[in-house]
Amino acid sequence: MLSHLPILQVVVPMLMAPLVLLIQPARLAWALTLATSALAFAIAINLVQLTTSDGPMLYPIGGWEAPYGIELQVDGLSALFLLIVSGASTFVLLAGYQSLISEIKESKLNWFFGAWLLALAGLLGIVVSGDAFNIFVFMEIASLASYVLIAGGPNRQALPAVFKYLIMGTIGATFYLIGIGLIYIMTGTLNMSDIATKLPSVVDQTPILVAAGFISIGLALKAAIFPMHAWLPNTYCFAPNMVTAFLAACSTKIAIYVLLRVDFTLFQSNLIGHLIQFKIFLIPLACMAILAGAYMAMRDTLAKKIFAWSSVGQVGYIILGAALVSHSGLTSALLHSFNHALAKGTIFIGIGLLALQAKSGELSSFAGLGRRHPLAAIAITIAGLSLVGIPGTAGFLSKWLLIQAVFEQPNGVIALLAIVLVSSLMSVVYLARFLETLFFPPAPAGSEPTLPLGATAILVMLALSSIYFGLAPALPMELATQAADTLLGYGK
Amino acid sequence: MSIEQQLIALLAIPALGAVLIGVMGRLHPNSREAATFITAVMLASVAWSLASAVAHGARGEIVLSQLNAALSIKLHIEPLGALFATLAASLWIVNSLYSVGYMRGNKEKHQTRFYIFFAISIAAAMGVALAGNLFTLFLFYELLTLSTYPLVTHKGDQATIKSARIYLGILMGTSITLFLPAVIWVSMINGGEFTLGGTLQGKVDGPTAGLLLALFTFGIGKAAVMPIHRWLPAAMVAPTPVSALLHAVAVVKAGVFSITKIILYIFGADWLFSLNTTQWLVWISAFTIISASIVALRQTNLKRLLAYSTIGQLSYVVMATAILKPMAEIGAALHMVAHAFGKITLFFAAGAIYVASKKIDITELAGIAKRMPITMTAFTIGALSMIGVPPTGGFVSKWYILAGAFQADNFLAIFTIITSTALNAAYFLPIIYVAWFMPETVAPKKEHGEAPLAMVIALSITALLALGFFFYNAPVLDLERQLVEVMQ
Repeated sequence: MLSHLPILQVVVPMLMAPLVLLIQPARLAWALTLATSALAFAIAINLVQLTTSDGPMLYPIGGWEAPYGIELQVDGLSALFLLIVSGASTFVLLAGYQSLISEIKESKLNWFFGAWLLALAGLLGIVVSGDAFNIFVFMEIASLASYVLIAGGPNRQALPAVFKYLIMGTIGATFYLIGIGLIYIMTGTLNMSDIATKLPSVVDQTPILVAAGFISIGLALKAAIFPMHAWLPNTYCFAPNMVTAFLAACSTKIAIYVLLRVDFTLFQSNLIGHLIQFKIFLIPLACMAILAGAYMAMRDTLAKKIFAWSSVGQVGYIILGAALVSHSGLTSALLHSFNHALAKGTIFIGIGLLALQAKSGELSSFAGLGRRHPLAAIAITIAGLSLVGIPGTAGFLSKWLLIQAVFEQPNGVIALLAIVLVSSLMSVVYLARFLETLFFPPAPAGSEPTLPLGATAILVMLALSSIYFGLAPALPMELATQAADTLLGYGK
Repeated sequence: MSIEQQLIALLAIPALGAVLIGVMGRLHPNSREAATFITAVMLASVAWSLASAVAHGARGEIVLSQLNAALSIKLHIEPLGALFATLAASLWIVNSLYSVGYMRGNKEKHQTRFYIFFAISIAAAMGVALAGNLFTLFLFYELLTLSTYPLVTHKGDQATIKSARIYLGILMGTSITLFLPAVIWVSMINGGEFTLGGTLQGKVDGPTAGLLLALFTFGIGKAAVMPIHRWLPAAMVAPTPVSALLHAVAVVKAGVFSITKIILYIFGADWLFSLNTTQWLVWISAFTIISASIVALRQTNLKRLLAYSTIGQLSYVVMATAILKPMAEIGAALHMVAHAFGKITLFFAAGAIYVASKKIDITELAGIAKRMPITMTAFTIGALSMIGVPPTGGFVSKWYILAGAFQADNFLAIFTIITSTALNAAYFLPIIYVAWFMPETVAPKKEHGEAPLAMVIALSITALLALGFFFYNAPVLDLERQLVEVMQ
């Protein structure tokens, strides 16, 4: 049974999706979706345990051995991202019922939950695939489902936002497909480990170099790496609040996962000079992302957009860590993926709960809400501190490792250091601006409806786990270190 | 209790105390204040027993959490930390007494929140005192900044928020951009462990050591070395008990304590003394002492004047440490204590005057001693201690710092101490003179005598401490001599 976990990880949510469509009372559909997501989370936890104790797992679908059959593959790297995706979905669903009810027509909720499960299955599928083409298939499933999720809310501004996302996402996925096609022409295989063994004989061929370019750009688009981030802020801002929380926690990170997976297992060990190109291409983009994201977050006046811009910057930190191509850099990138998912998910859930009482998405509509709902606001504060990288929170450790990786660089130390540190200060500013609005103005007049108690409890628990993982980070730290080992080929 | 248990207790008692205060706050103000007192007394008793064990040579450390192979959250105990922890914990008792009088007398709102964050701040200060490596020190240093922010913004009006932005902006800005990279840099070189005598010698060259020292000195903004001092006057918008314990003792002493500890336990004083890239620290602290005193001369708001006086006095500690000779290091430790007793008395007096008469300006203080003789006696003792007149504690520490300066033939330091003594006298003596000997010029809004009894008791105790430290300072001396045993 345990050996089937990799396929169950994807199949369970995928098969439950059409079933949820048929369930009519919205509450029941929600409960079923939550149960499915929780099951996926449990499977992910199991897979984490299995990979840490027994090493990578390979699963040939239907017993057809690779490279002829389709292979699933779960190693330290995938386990980390399975945990992030399934965890984000589960906790957002758990805390998000009231928010979803308030934003989506009840008659449409079963359709909505069906799309949610498809998105979940797609994202999980990308991570377990050991096959480059199946990654594309799951990528499309996840993307199409998330377009539905984003456009499903009451906000009409979501429509142009999602259209932009659709166009850019499609371009990204197509680029990726073109790259994979070129590699298939040259090597005759789609299985990743098989490609890795066949690539050395054709590395000097132009199509492979072109493929590397297409794949990197395509995935950078999906990952919203600056300046290919244009779809992200509006999409996050105008999507239903809980969709934002789910997607912000994991969708760009999955694109980053694919980027790292393809780049490190296929290209870096084989293509001559690719390492340098990878660094030269990504480090400047990451730096610009960090600064531009933080700067725009400082200026924006829509509550969710502030943190959407912050995501652009945080993706920059992850990419910077990865692009330094050192063990501490990669560990920091992977650890930050986890920490940021936790913190940003918490913040967006918190904003979603407070938005139940806010008139609009404008920052000013949130004025004084922290006084009325101190628990939710304190949870947002804690998660925000983790985002800034205040010691004692999870975010501090990934920032520490990132700075350590910067110090290890042969050159450009001061410039990179300055960018990381100054952007941290900028994040203090945008966080402080949001928190000042929450806490200092008098509480808004009118009735005092309370926030849903269960949802607030989940929110507080998530915030506290940001502190827990800051003081006792054994689990994510071990996973990230293990994943960095995998990527750098230490594990082989 | 074993040393390790005591270390944990010093962190846990104020942290649990904060929870207890929060619970009790829902019942009755009296039970909440009782919780504060019980917490403070328990904390101080543990700190005293730990300090006396350290004085007899006991040491101990405990790893609270191993984050990865290289990083850990670790507590340890050594003479300087024991002194700082004991000082902050003991004065917290007196300050709690004072707070009760001040907060009630002033009818402040959100008192439960105030006491909760006060306890958390004390916990953070304990963490700074006991930090066993740079990582842990940084962790609690930042926690101290964050946990004092709600205290600084206590009033919650627009002016307060603006000042609090300066407070948070400068402290966080310097700690993130300067302190953090220095911490990571050193941790990569030698693990950031604190070892008496330092471990950097031979691992970095002179210019690098100078650069690191600069990153630490200016990154630790709580030490208020110029030009990183503006946050301290800004923090004066907080209620006076906060200014008294935190911005005269716990927070600012955490700053100079960190600098002193890093110099003694990371760099090593003897090694720094042999380098010619570290002398600037004496210059910059001397500059801070003189210019803060000159700025203080021009202040008319009593609390702001005290804030600038604090900036100058903090740099005494930094300068004493930077002289890098045994007598001066002992003087630095003594000055932390002497200044704490004197300055907390002055703030207590300023707060008492405010609660009784609503006066905040020194021009309004003429003749006030007739109405508030006890308060002004305490104020006078505190001011004399700041100037360094015997028989007050300030004289003892200045004596040792001067002795250290002579050991090092550091004439700049000697000149600075003499000049600043004159300047201190120039801004404190007029206040004392007009308060005692001039007739009242500004009539109070309503007739008043002394402030509430709790406040008067509190400021009398600290004034007696400031006096008593002149006559009885042997335990502190014995404790801190252990710091310089390894030095030449």
